[in-house]
Amino acid sequence: MARAQRKTHNRVEKKLVGVADVVITAAQRRQDPTLSIPVRSLSNITFNEHKGLIEMGKGKQARSFFNVGMAKKFMQTILVADALCELQRADLTTSLREIYYRTKHTIANSNENTFDAQDESDPVIEDLEVSLEALREELHVRAENGGSVIGPLVLVDDGDRVDCARLGKGGYSVPSIVEPEFLQIKKCTADFVLLVEKGTQWNRLSEDKFWRRYNCILLTGNGQPPRGVRRLARRLHEEKELPVYVLVDNDPWGYYIYSVIKQGSINLAFESQRMAIPKAKFIGLSSADPEHYGLPRNVGIKLNDKDTTRARELLNYRWFQSKGWQQEIKRMLSSGLKYELDALANKDFQYLTKKYLPRKLKEKDWLD
Amino acid sequence: MSKRIRKPHPKPRPQPQQPKPRTPPPPTTVSAVEMGARQREISVSEFFTKNRHLLGFDNPRKALLTCVKEAVDNALDACEEAGILPEVVVKLEATSNGGPPPPPSQASRFRITVTDYGPGIVRQQIPRIFAKLLYGSKFHRLRMSRGQQGIGISAAGMYGQLTTGKPVRIISRTGAKAPAHYFEVQIDTKKNEPQILEKKQIDWERHRGTQVTLEVEGRYQKGRASVDEYLEQTIIANPHVKLTYYTPEGETKEFPRTYHELPPSPREIKPHPYGIELGMLLKMLQDTKSHWLSGFLSGDFSRVSPRLAEEICAAARLSPHARPRDIHGQAAEALYKAIQSTKIMAPPTNCLSPIGEKAILAGLYQQIKGESQEKKQIPLAEGEDLQDDDELARVIRYANRVPLLYQQSACAIFKSVLDTTWRTYGVSQSRGALPAGPMAIFVHMASVWVPFTSESKEAIADYDEIRKEITLALRECGRRLGAFLKRRERAQTEYRRRNIFELYIEEVVEACNRLKGGTLATAKLKEQLHKIAMKRTGGEKTDEVLGKKGGGPEGLPHSIIVTPEGVEGEVPVLSSEAPEEAAPPDGSLEEEQEATKPSRLKRRAPRQAKGKRGAARLTQRAKPKRRRKPKVLKPAGRRRSRAARRKR
Repeated sequence: MARAQRKTHNRVEKKLVGVADVVITAAQRRQDPTLSIPVRSLSNITFNEHKGLIEMGKGKQARSFFNVGMAKKFMQTILVADALCELQRADLTTSLREIYYRTKHTIANSNENTFDAQDESDPVIEDLEVSLEALREELHVRAENGGSVIGPLVLVDDGDRVDCARLGKGGYSVPSIVEPEFLQIKKCTADFVLLVEKGTQWNRLSEDKFWRRYNCILLTGNGQPPRGVRRLARRLHEEKELPVYVLVDNDPWGYYIYSVIKQGSINLAFESQRMAIPKAKFIGLSSADPEHYGLPRNVGIKLNDKDTTRARELLNYRWFQSKGWQQEIKRMLSSGLKYELDALANKDFQYLTKKYLPRKLKEKDWLD
Repeated sequence: MSKRIRKPHPKPRPQPQQPKPRTPPPPTTVSAVEMGARQREISVSEFFTKNRHLLGFDNPRKALLTCVKEAVDNALDACEEAGILPEVVVKLEATSNGGPPPPPSQASRFRITVTDYGPGIVRQQIPRIFAKLLYGSKFHRLRMSRGQQGIGISAAGMYGQLTTGKPVRIISRTGAKAPAHYFEVQIDTKKNEPQILEKKQIDWERHRGTQVTLEVEGRYQKGRASVDEYLEQTIIANPHVKLTYYTPEGETKEFPRTYHELPPSPREIKPHPYGIELGMLLKMLQDTKSHWLSGFLSGDFSRVSPRLAEEICAAARLSPHARPRDIHGQAAEALYKAIQSTKIMAPPTNCLSPIGEKAILAGLYQQIKGESQEKKQIPLAEGEDLQDDDELARVIRYANRVPLLYQQSACAIFKSVLDTTWRTYGVSQSRGALPAGPMAIFVHMASVWVPFTSESKEAIADYDEIRKEITLALRECGRRLGAFLKRRERAQTEYRRRNIFELYIEEVVEACNRLKGGTLATAKLKEQLHKIAMKRTGGEKTDEVLGKKGGGPEGLPHSIIVTPEGVEGEVPVLSSEAPEEAAPPDGSLEEEQEATKPSRLKRRAPRQAKGKRGAARLTQRAKPKRRRKPKVLKPAGRRRSRAARRKR
């Protein structure tokens, strides 16, 4: 194992040093040093209907040094590459924010900083990930520990056995790196995985021991699930062949969270291969639910302009073209209302655990 | 009853019967006769004693400045009129009423002594010049001068008399062979006549000149609108003056002469026909010495040739041989209309003495250059930004070479600056505000008759013609400024691009070196990258456009002149060698004629480069332009007096 890790280190380190070689070679040839970086936007992705995944296209953008618009970005890229290489050599992992601080300094003889805010350095790290074809974990950069898991699941983390059925209501906090080298799935007896958008609903389900009654694993990512959560769900789906159900708010953002889990995101399209769960199901909250479950209209929230625009964008995405989804989104638009999962509490505090989910599962009322 | 109330008599008639138990005091009423007894003439000095704010003596600080200003203006006018290069000594001393004088910042009394090496004043005129309001040589002629009415110095003396009780002390000598006279005079405010307290012949070390000593209540404070600022600005506009200033703090400030030629002496001119009103025309018709109407027109006005005079007569249906004195009413009005509708050449400009481009630049350059400063470099934290300070342009106003320090916002010059759309010329400007940027706008209005908003001469009145001319001149300046800024902007863009590359090269090379494990030939890589950077930013050419050989910050020249032809270069350095004496005054002073009042506006917008982040400020200056278009304004009164009656 250690040797395998060492090997990746060498591979990634070589790639990072390659960035410096680009500069040196170009300078020798009196050319403008240029890095070619795959484009990370809607225009450069394709939806593979066969696999049900979003895949990155071949579009690349040139980032050259002797171009006023790009010079700073170029310099920043080199600096981040340097910092990442330092991590490789020291065999440390770090966060995005620490990378930002590590690379930030004032350029000599000027008032200018190499980076002014973290949102300048984050995209640069993503650029390097994509162009070097190295995963973020391989670059030793951690994302936030943003999720929790609870259920009949036994994990081994750094040699410690973690029984997710014996962690009270709080569950186990999902680390950002859940690759088999770092986290092993020892045992799993669950029947399915339920991924909840919001921590509050996850807490409700955990408190009511929903997972015990229906023998499932409860996962949450507190909003858009971080990589760790997505990757863990994918592993459970792949290795233990568990179906994955997604429970999100009934609004465009909820729909998109579902689609990211299912098909992958536009920004990180290159990671879809190992993150996306094409068979994930959308269990709720559907725009048809308020009627089916008798939710009063007054617990809905009026769609604002941003919501409407976003919903129309979703309608055009190729992975939302199925009849069911078009209907689902159009229904929401025509009602002009969105519903939060929390709205279910209007009927009863335990409505979600006792009525809503049992009925959904029984009726197999979900969207694909 | 009512009768009694209405008409009380000096001797009240005894009321017949029934005195009321409680008689209210009869309301005091005044008869026309009584009122008539109280009506009397008000002397001008009494009026101004009560209304001294009209003359600029409203607060002690301003009063001190006004006194210095009046004395210095008179000294300069006298020297220039006599054709002598002015040399003036100003001395301010804090005094007290007994006891040692307090420190200048707390003193409330000052002794002002202004000495010049001018022509001196003849003995007989001294008392009236210094102790009679509205007495002087400048009111009745059309010729550019600092003083205009003959109020200034006597009002200053009156103010001193009012606040400290001290008389004005004068020493004057008209030549090496004449004795020096010493006078102590006061003004009799009731009669507006001088009172001589003392007069004697004394020994004076100077062969020629005048010394005035005033003791007034005042406050000495540095900064805006101070005596110091006034003197500094006077020097900018009068580089031919040598000034020595002894501050109350005991400092001696020498302002050496930077321009060794006396400005050309302005000539007196006759009024221009467009500039007079009907009443004035009637008065001129009565007063003229000409026997024929055509002779009157061509003789008493400027720019009216005998041929043109005939034309006017024809247009007015009057005989050219008519006697001017016989033209009244209808005929006069017809004549007036004919004059206004005839095309007449603009008045001559030799009645003005503009400061001159070189002289202004020399003066300004000294002042403005000293103000540029370097900014400190501070590393910036997140979310922090270098604040570009919103410095507004400074407007330096002059009228006939006299700096105007108060009431900026009431002044036509200031209003014209605000009216000008500076944004068109690449200078930022908020709504209704001065243009922003390290920049000074210099406006000098030269005219035979400058209309001030008040007697204290603080602001130029807002006549449409004046406003229009100033605005036109400012626009012309703006255009040149804009051309200059654009050109520099272009070169600077290239330069900035190169700077960006060069800035980042260090970082990139260092990072590459670390990536390569510290084994990189950094110097070589740096050089290769620098070469590419140079090649891609216009190479040597950029440096040339920016004039990188200059001595200023970033290698820019301290100043650049832009002319309509687009020539750029440094401000010429004026020679400091003493030249020969100026020519004696010509005889034009003796002319006894009315004249129109042409005014010439002259303006200049010196400029400083906009401060880039952390970069030092640069002084850049647009070359002044000169407007040759004289303006016709209202005429002044007729000149009666002889040159000898000059006020100083």
